[in-house]
Formats: sequence, structure tokens, C-alpha cells
Amino acid sequence: MISHITNRLSDLRLAGIERRLRQVRRIVAVTGGKGGIGKSSIASVLALVMAERGWRTGLLDLDVTAPTDHVILGLDGCRPTEEFGLQPPEVHGIQFMSVSQFTGEHPAPLRGADVTNVIIELLAVTCWRELDMLVIDMPPGLGDASLDMARLLPRAEYLVVAGASRIVLETVRRTLGLLAELRVPIAGILENMAQEQSGAVEHAARQFGVPFLGAVPFDLHLEDATGDVVRLSRTAVAQALRRVREDLFFKQR
Amino acid sequence: MHEFALAQAVIDAALQAAEQAGIRHISKIVVGIGELQQIERESFEFALREVMPRSEPALAQAELFIETEAASFRCRLCEHGFDLATARLSHADDEAEAVHFIPELAHAFVRCPRCQSPDFEVVAGRGVTLQSVEGDS
Repeated sequence: MISHITNRLSDLRLAGIERRLRQVRRIVAVTGGKGGIGKSSIASVLALVMAERGWRTGLLDLDVTAPTDHVILGLDGCRPTEEFGLQPPEVHGIQFMSVSQFTGEHPAPLRGADVTNVIIELLAVTCWRELDMLVIDMPPGLGDASLDMARLLPRAEYLVVAGASRIVLETVRRTLGLLAELRVPIAGILENMAQEQSGAVEHAARQFGVPFLGAVPFDLHLEDATGDVVRLSRTAVAQALRRVREDLFFKQR
Repeated sequence: MHEFALAQAVIDAALQAAEQAGIRHISKIVVGIGELQQIERESFEFALREVMPRSEPALAQAELFIETEAASFRCRLCEHGFDLATARLSHADDEAEAVHFIPELAHAFVRCPRCQSPDFEVVAGRGVTLQSVEGDS
């Protein structure tokens, strides 16, 4: 005898997300708040530096309406293969996933609910192989992607990219406030495009009570190195990321 | 092979829904396939049978039913309603494959047939859904 019928069912994709990430030891989401602070450059070069250290590294570009990590790393034309979902291509020692692998140069205008669906679908369908660290490049702002990440991947740690400008620090303050409310782990603050030893970001990190991971200098040669991983690995950005404190960030967990 | 991933997700979600509803023996699982995602029905049915763990007591007597749902769109600008045929999604491999994996990427390839706007809503038939789970406690 039928005693129960349930037809108010949760999203069936959600049950599979952690299964897809079970071989991933650490997830680090590179976030910031304001656009243009260099999140994508930091996320991409960080992934390169991690791979260079021999860490099994993945990079997921979650800026789904404006993906650029493939441009920074020169990964145009690489595509996932299909086997029980999507197997991310491995290039330069990095397993890489981005909607750019599907949309090419087409703009993909997406409203909030659509962004959420793309994020869920990407997480539910990508079969990450064994990884020491998955770096996630977050879109700017405190919108759908931030809330979805906290809901779907609560174990992700946040690396907050900041600059020594009051405008940026105002946004960073809001970002850290939200992350604290969402009760997600914060790896620390990284100063980007540092031009002088103002100490403003380090001071702000102390005020906010989160680790200061270091300063990445403003690098005139970064633009020329875009798309070329050999040159990228020689930039002052890569050198600064290699100096990020081992005890705070690079320690294997 | 994406169908296997979807099938696994359906079974996981059905078991979870059954547990939450206090169903110990599932008799019927109804799955919806949205036309937009262009799932191959035969492959999907095969995958569902393959991934269903018959050793799992809750699923021993479960029957699977698949319902297809036509895709429909509505332009947010001119309010024109249209279907997949008039959306003229190219069957070129790249576009079809993108939408197969991530249906929202239709926004990269489809435009309103009346006003060419990219700002449209997928009203129905997006992807795979678990419609209902029936059974006894």
C-alpha cells in the first residue's frame, strides 16, 4: 500500500556536489569585493605557483559572465572530456574548468537565478581528480556566487584580495563581514598592486582580525606576460606569491 | 556518459527524499527530462538502470517513469513566447554540447526570434528533475 508520496523535492544536483569534490583536500576561493582588484590574476598565478611546488592543483573560474583565467594562462582552446560527467583538461599541471570552454567568445548574459544554476551545474558535473588545492576565482561583489559558494561548499577557505585604497578597504570590510556572518573560513588578506610600504592593508587585516598573507607589488610586466605561463612565472607577482607565508597558507592540511 | 552522472544524481536524490519522507520501500520514481538539455532518453534510461543499486533495500521494488517536458522561453523585453524549434539553437557540436552540460548557456547562443534580445527566461523544460517518489514505510 502506498503510504507516502513526496513531490516537493530538493534540487537533485546538490546531492552529487560533494561526491565530485571528495578527492579535493583544500578549496581556496579568491575573492575581494570590487572588480579590478586583480582577483583573476592572483587566482591564476597562484594556481601556477602551487603546481610548480608539486601540489596537485585545480583552477575553477567562477566568474561565469566574464571569465578571463583562460586568457591569463593562455588556455584558449582546451576542452573538457566527457566521462561520467566532465573531466577538466590538465594544462601546465593545472586541472582547469571555465564556462569559456563552452561559450568561446560569445557573451553569456545571465540573471541571478541563472548564475546560481550555472554554478550548481559546474560543481555537479565536473569530476575533479585528486587535488591538494582547488583555487576558485570568484566574481566581484557579494551576490549570488558568494552566497552559493557558502551554501554549496561551506569548507572553502577565502583568500581576500585587497589594495591600500580606502575605497577597496571599505568593500573588503563588507566582504569580511559577510564571510563572518556566513561562518566560512578565511585564509587571510593578500595585498595586491602594492606600490609603496603604506602598511594600510596589513593594518586593516589586524583590525579585522584575519591573517595578513603578504603584499604583491604592482608589476608593469604582468600585462606583457599575460597568456604566457613561462613569463608569468617570472613576474614579480609570481615571486611575491611564492613568498606567501608557509605557516599561514601553504601548509599541507 | 553525462547521462550516468545525471542518473546517479537522480538515485541519490530519490534515496534522500525517501529517507526524509519516511519511505522505506520505494515503489515509484518519476523523473522529468527537460527538452532544452537534450538528454538522450535511451542512454538515460540505460544509465538509470545501471546505477540503481538493487542491493539497496529501499530500491528493490522501485519502478522508474520518465516524463519529458517541452522547452519554452519568454522574452523579458517584448514578452514573446517561443519554443526550442524557433529558438534555433544550432546543432553545431559546440553549442549543443554546451547547453547539454549547462542549460543556462543557451543565453550565449539563443536570441528572441522576434526582437533578438538575449534577455529571455527559460519557462519550462530546462533539465532533469526528480518529480516524485512514492512508497511505503
